[in-house]
Amino acid sequence: MDKEERHIFSVMVENRFGVLARVAGLFSGRGFNIDSLNVAETHDKSVSQITLVTHGDAQIIDQIYQHLNRLIDVIEVTDISTGTHVERELLLLKICTDDAQKRAEILQVAEVFRGRVIDTKPASLVVEITGDQGKLEAAIEIFNTYGILELARTGKIAMPRGNAK
Amino acid sequence: MELSGAQTLVDCLKREGVEYIFGVNGGAAMPIFDALYGDSELELIPMRHEQGASHAADGYARATGKVGVVLATSGPGATNLVTGIATAYMDSIPMVAITGQVMTQFIGSDAFQECDVIGVTRPICKHSYLIKHSEEVADVVAEAFHIASTGKQGPVIIDIAKDAQIHKSLFQYSETVDLRSYKPQVDGDSTQIAKAAALIKEAKCPILYAGGGVVLANASEELRELTYKTQIPITVTLMGLGAFPETHPLAMEMPGMHGSCCANYAFTGADLVVAIGARFDDRVTGDLDKFAPNAKKIHIDIDPSCIGKNVPVDVPIVGDAKNVLRELNKLVDTADIDPWRNQIQEWKQKYPFEWTQKGNKVMPQYVMEQIYDHYSDAIVVADVGQHQMWAAQYFKFTEPRQWLNSGGLGTMGFSLPAAIGAQLGCPDKTVVNINGDGSYIMTIQELVPAITMKLPLKIFIINNMYLGMVRQWQELFFDKRYSAVDYHDNPDFALLAQAFGATGLRVEHPEDVEPALLKAKGIDDGPVVIDFIVAEEENVFPMVPAGKGLGDVIRGLS
Repeated sequence: MDKEERHIFSVMVENRFGVLARVAGLFSGRGFNIDSLNVAETHDKSVSQITLVTHGDAQIIDQIYQHLNRLIDVIEVTDISTGTHVERELLLLKICTDDAQKRAEILQVAEVFRGRVIDTKPASLVVEITGDQGKLEAAIEIFNTYGILELARTGKIAMPRGNAK
Repeated sequence: MELSGAQTLVDCLKREGVEYIFGVNGGAAMPIFDALYGDSELELIPMRHEQGASHAADGYARATGKVGVVLATSGPGATNLVTGIATAYMDSIPMVAITGQVMTQFIGSDAFQECDVIGVTRPICKHSYLIKHSEEVADVVAEAFHIASTGKQGPVIIDIAKDAQIHKSLFQYSETVDLRSYKPQVDGDSTQIAKAAALIKEAKCPILYAGGGVVLANASEELRELTYKTQIPITVTLMGLGAFPETHPLAMEMPGMHGSCCANYAFTGADLVVAIGARFDDRVTGDLDKFAPNAKKIHIDIDPSCIGKNVPVDVPIVGDAKNVLRELNKLVDTADIDPWRNQIQEWKQKYPFEWTQKGNKVMPQYVMEQIYDHYSDAIVVADVGQHQMWAAQYFKFTEPRQWLNSGGLGTMGFSLPAAIGAQLGCPDKTVVNINGDGSYIMTIQELVPAITMKLPLKIFIINNMYLGMVRQWQELFFDKRYSAVDYHDNPDFALLAQAFGATGLRVEHPEDVEPALLKAKGIDDGPVVIDFIVAEEENVFPMVPAGKGLGDVIRGLS
């Protein structure tokens, strides 16, 4: 069998109810896994963009591509990972800050990750960090030593570099 | 003009050229049934079970090439359609299934007879719509017919909330459909077609392998031209039978599990396989590692996701078989492959489909030969099982849409209702339904509408008192442990037919086969059921056991 590779698909779809279920159903029905999924409206309100990260050998990836294209509500499928691209995730962390000494340290660590504090309470604060998967995982590892109370993560969004699409 | 959603639906169906709509009435679809009441242009065919209605719409579509339409109520009505929708989906049959849905305000509340039919059918349809407002009806119907009948054809579901059926809105019908997200590629890439022509020219042992896609694309003429022009031997799959005349010397009969030894050996020996509207199904290829090991593959298919799915392909050509073949035919010439042709003829002579008489039993293969002798021009609708394979083997189909069967899903119970649809679609043809004792009783209730409409169906039951194909596998692979296959407790089908109001005959001796078939020919005011009591433990051969290569075909039990 070929080597398994991670792929990021950008899937432009009609902005209608039920479309996400069709896309997700295509994966579940074939036993393919979705590693991360992000859905949002685009600047054109009639179009939504699904950014979907999956993995598989070349044959599976080709099947995923073909089957996504086969869905009637899918306007365009792009395998972003085949070219140079940028990718980002957004991470929100609520961290326990019950001791003042720790609070200062946490703010410093957040600085290292170019995080922003977006909410603060006497015993906790919420930090927002963006980056690629590796950076976010490093941040989670470090902050976990202080006690993560809550975590929310968007899943990946991505875009090809330059003019090429 | 303001029309109710239900009336809009009916008017749109007429504009799509729908002649018949098969259905079973029920609460959430009543406004639609009411709108159909007494309509002289669009005839409502009441069936006895929604599954039967769906197969009837499917049979109509297979026989005519037009979109079949089925109508059912919400909840159980809709779930009863599921088998029929999946059957159509697997064989790419154009169908529109319309289901009533509970009132919009009750959707999601576990209302009486509520079911998320869109959710249930998502993986077994080409597309689906939930209509919550009557204004949407016209556009949805136009889109649904467009999607069902173009590209890789398939079933489309329209689920309409009851209030959307009732509410009135302005009737506007869109003559054209333009979907930005749906543009099937119908013309093949000319560079790819040229590559294919070059491979065909070079090949020493080429074969053509044509499937149901040729029938669906109405490309039978183009396929014949390709074959006649190149003189390359051809095998046509179970789904494609009739696309090329099986009576022609180049025809190798169908390939695969119960296909001809000739076709299977030809795959194994070929250096080029030209697949046209065929999908390298596991029942055709057997063990993929041993499938056509020396052959380059050209694959012509309307569905890009079908190419390379099972077998790596050297020259993929995405497009409609008719268009692609038309272009390819311009580039090909008679192939210089005499030794290969001779080899094929030798296999063909040496390994025909054959059977031996056992005692004084009625042999099922004999019945098939007799049916072929007396009904060679008929549309044959088979069910699923041993009788299906014998019919495919011993009936020599010469025309596309002459042979209808559930090849992909293998749905038992398909054939009787499908024969009803076929007969309505082709009133001038004789329709023969070849059924099994197991499959017949699965949808036997559809005999009622056939009788009511006086359809002259010839229903021939190959009755071996077993779920025969499963029994055959049990005999060969499960040590003759006949678990749940003994159907000796079935009723007398001839008497039962009479009780329904049809002509019922029972044939127990070989000498009675022909007279019964002749008698059936003369009955044209309703269905005739002949129950052929055949040899109980006859097996279908040749056979490529599951998981084996095509070269490992078993020709019979010694």
